Amino acid sequence: MTTTAPRGAGAATAAPATGGRTWPAPAGAALALVLAMLAGVWVGALPLPPGAVVVTLLDRLLAPLGVAVPGGLEGTQAAVLTELRLPRVLMATLVGAGLAVSGAAYQGVFRNPLADPYLLGAAAGAGLGATLVIAYSPVQAIGPIGIVPLAAFAGALVGVGCALALGTVAGGSHSPTLLLAGIAVAAFLAAGQTLVQQQNTDDLRQIYGWLLGQLGSAQWSDVLLVLPYLVVACTVLLFCGRALDVLAVGDDEASSLGVHPGRLRLVVILAASLATAAAVAVSGLIGFVGLVVPHIVRRIVGGSHARVLPMSLLVGGAFLVLADLVARVVLSPAELPIGVVTAFIGAPFFAGLLWAGARRR
Amino acid sequence: MSVLPGGARVEVVGLTAGYGRTRVLDSVRLTVEPGGWLAVIGPNGSGKSTLLRSVLGFHPHEGQVRVDGVPTSGMPRRERARSMAYAAQAPVLPEGVTTRDYVALGRTPHRPLLAAPRGVDRQVVADVMDRLELAALAERRLSTLSGGEQQRAVLARALAQQPRVLFLDEPTAALDLGHAQQVLDLVDLLRRQDGLTVVSTLHDLTLAGQYADRLALLSDGRVVAEGAPAEVLTTQALSTHYGARAEVVHGPSGPAVLPIRSAG
Repeated sequence: MTTTAPRGAGAATAAPATGGRTWPAPAGAALALVLAMLAGVWVGALPLPPGAVVVTLLDRLLAPLGVAVPGGLEGTQAAVLTELRLPRVLMATLVGAGLAVSGAAYQGVFRNPLADPYLLGAAAGAGLGATLVIAYSPVQAIGPIGIVPLAAFAGALVGVGCALALGTVAGGSHSPTLLLAGIAVAAFLAAGQTLVQQQNTDDLRQIYGWLLGQLGSAQWSDVLLVLPYLVVACTVLLFCGRALDVLAVGDDEASSLGVHPGRLRLVVILAASLATAAAVAVSGLIGFVGLVVPHIVRRIVGGSHARVLPMSLLVGGAFLVLADLVARVVLSPAELPIGVVTAFIGAPFFAGLLWAGARRR
Repeated sequence: MSVLPGGARVEVVGLTAGYGRTRVLDSVRLTVEPGGWLAVIGPNGSGKSTLLRSVLGFHPHEGQVRVDGVPTSGMPRRERARSMAYAAQAPVLPEGVTTRDYVALGRTPHRPLLAAPRGVDRQVVADVMDRLELAALAERRLSTLSGGEQQRAVLARALAQQPRVLFLDEPTAALDLGHAQQVLDLVDLLRRQDGLTVVSTLHDLTLAGQYADRLALLSDGRVVAEGAPAEVLTTQALSTHYGARAEVVHGPSGPAVLPIRSAG
């Protein structure tokens, strides 16, 4: 049996019985992500020749090794690719992956299928932070970094921090109490955001633009800003997959299996919140990805978090890249807010999945 | 072929526990010999489940629990999990998880938490599933199993831990009489073949009298009677602690409790 079979469609059939079910799905999702990212850089207001795009990407990737690949794009086309499309597609990948993994982790840690990354006040906190600086800040940026992402990031962490503190004081790490604390904190922060917004109606358009989510302004500096947080948080979450599977059988049983439910819950919530805060900081509030992508993934690979989390990472990235593609193309040259697209594509798609699942039974 | 390491002696000394300011257990003292089956019985609210959860270390308590003479309070949680397994009264069965994956969770204390299952883990899981006649259900999702099959899967998960003591909280609560007997027969077989020590709560007094070799009657958080089933299950005790009118019928495999309707 060849275990080092080349990656590709044919390899799936040669896989051994135990691996046969487990690895084609991640391989397929990885392929989908790569194709989505390629489509994301090909398609746009200025169409780029696909072959030359690939050559240019190879050239840039290999440049640090001193290898030059001739035949790439030049001039405006090259600038569109490297300064506009590429950071935007990478940003969509990072944000989609981060939100989807966080959503899957939140759903696991609360044993609640309706949990999403914005549950514990991250969204409301980020919204308040962003609204405050849009309305009141005299400066737009600190050095190369925009002040809105910084305020949103801080606001998201403050929101989750308040929810955790309140939940801990009120009922330990017991999950229903924490959920309710998150709802209370989110309601309070959202009210604060509305108050600030209504006092500053001049900025309404900019505030709404941020709230609905956008990737259009993504620059390399934004990508580099969130990359470390997302890499650290997602790595921690992926490592927690097997522990979350243990937590799924209940706190007492998890204890009897040698796991500390409280500690695990705290680590997962902190990591997922960090990923969410980073994603929200650069993209605004993009709904639906964190809630629905994990459910789509569960229908493909089953309920085990050890499989759901890495699959959510790949599918979430691909989903958001495609959603952003649609957002750019549908009303071209104008753009739809990406949050509108995720819901417009995601909701019917998910409804279809539910319907197909019900018919299969 | 046995994957179980054999039973341990369990001693509970001066165990006191409560919820808030309410004391639920008061200086409970119990001993279970290796390979023994102790059933904790008692009326509703007498503290049976709290006793089990305290002994396992899930609930804060005073007093000491020793397994083969070693106090469990100082043990790391994983080490404790290698000697004591637990099946809850109403186990949470995770969505979309196959029977095999669920049973494999029992290997958690034996392997690094972040690593994939090793060959030995898969072997133990396969052996346990064979023994509990779950092999044919390995790829089925837990939610599609019947109540009796689910209870066997929970038992298999606990046994995959290769414990020396098996703690069962009302293992028959959700089962009809036939399935309850099947599960208890299975536990009894494991105990006789492998010497596994079993501590269970059982609200059905007849089943407790038939299967356990010792009973502890808990009332208002205290052990009011402990001993062989025939010594503990008496008309007097049922009247005093349960407020029940019942006859105790002594059969070849233990006492059975027969409730009697009041004459009026």
